Amino acid sequence: MEAKEIHQKLKDKFQDAILDFNEEVLQPYIVVAADKVDEIAEFLRDDDDLQFDFLNSLSSLDLGENLGVVYHMYSMSKNHKIVIKVEVPKDKPDVKTVSHIWRTADWHEREAYDLMGINFVNHPDLRRILLPDDWEGHPLRKDYVPQKSWHGIPTTLKGETEDDQEQ
Amino acid sequence: MSNPKETVDTIDSLDPAIRDNVIFSTLDKLFDWARQGSAWPITFGLACCAIEMMATGASRFDLDRFGIFFRPSPRQSDVMIVSGTVTIKMAPLLRRLYEQMAEPKYVISMGSCANSGGPYWQYGYHVLKGVDQIVPVDVYVPGCPPRPEALIQGIYELKEKIKKERILSKKGK
Repeated sequence: MEAKEIHQKLKDKFQDAILDFNEEVLQPYIVVAADKVDEIAEFLRDDDDLQFDFLNSLSSLDLGENLGVVYHMYSMSKNHKIVIKVEVPKDKPDVKTVSHIWRTADWHEREAYDLMGINFVNHPDLRRILLPDDWEGHPLRKDYVPQKSWHGIPTTLKGETEDDQEQ
Repeated sequence: MSNPKETVDTIDSLDPAIRDNVIFSTLDKLFDWARQGSAWPITFGLACCAIEMMATGASRFDLDRFGIFFRPSPRQSDVMIVSGTVTIKMAPLLRRLYEQMAEPKYVISMGSCANSGGPYWQYGYHVLKGVDQIVPVDVYVPGCPPRPEALIQGIYELKEKIKKERILSKKGK
């Protein structure tokens, strides 16, 4: 199916939850509502015409005021693909999990939570996956300020932090 | 002993079995000779430098001929080759492995990341800025990653260092 047809099918089924569509780019994308993304994902996987059985990647980005999540998906049986995008405000970054629909999404969502601080609602095990459990902040955010030390181990060169220069 | 010729005469007059097989030295030097000839590193690799360290250990460069055998336990190791990027999450584990090694123990810091943080030295919030911040380092091997020849040179520097040590005559140790 073409991206236009996929969008039309979703629009018929979910109406207001489908916010935007752009096919003028290399990878056509559909923007959907963050609190409906799990239902939409389930429909995308289970519908006979769509059959998106493979989630290529789940990535996150900092858009300034908002945070974004991007789902690249592909159908092995139908040989078509689509990109789904979600935007959430930075002060309440809640996105419904899709980890029960594609198992791949489990660790991808943990990574997005770890580095970008996106809260995946209903995720079975939303812990940090790369950084230590007691790390402060989410490093891929543009406004991230690294902590100066972790359990007494300095994270910056000596003499480089402002505190060192004052001394 | 004042006349060298006389000394030679004395040695020549010895029984050949003794002359050819007995040497005089100090225990310190004997220990140093033995230790420098069998510096066993702990099997421990962190990043791309570890690939180069493995290549150094394998058949082409063959660390075995220098008496270097990788040991699977810190209890049996003399040297820790810190080969690669030390992340802050890894730092406590590296420190623990170092503490589990028996004295006397040595550390070779291999590659730019272990030396100073490498490409992560300024903006890498997650990388230790040099392994010398958590363990004492004996030899630094520069490179990104260092070639096997460079690592062998580093091991030779360590051997020189071991040869100059006097563990028996050290007071209070």
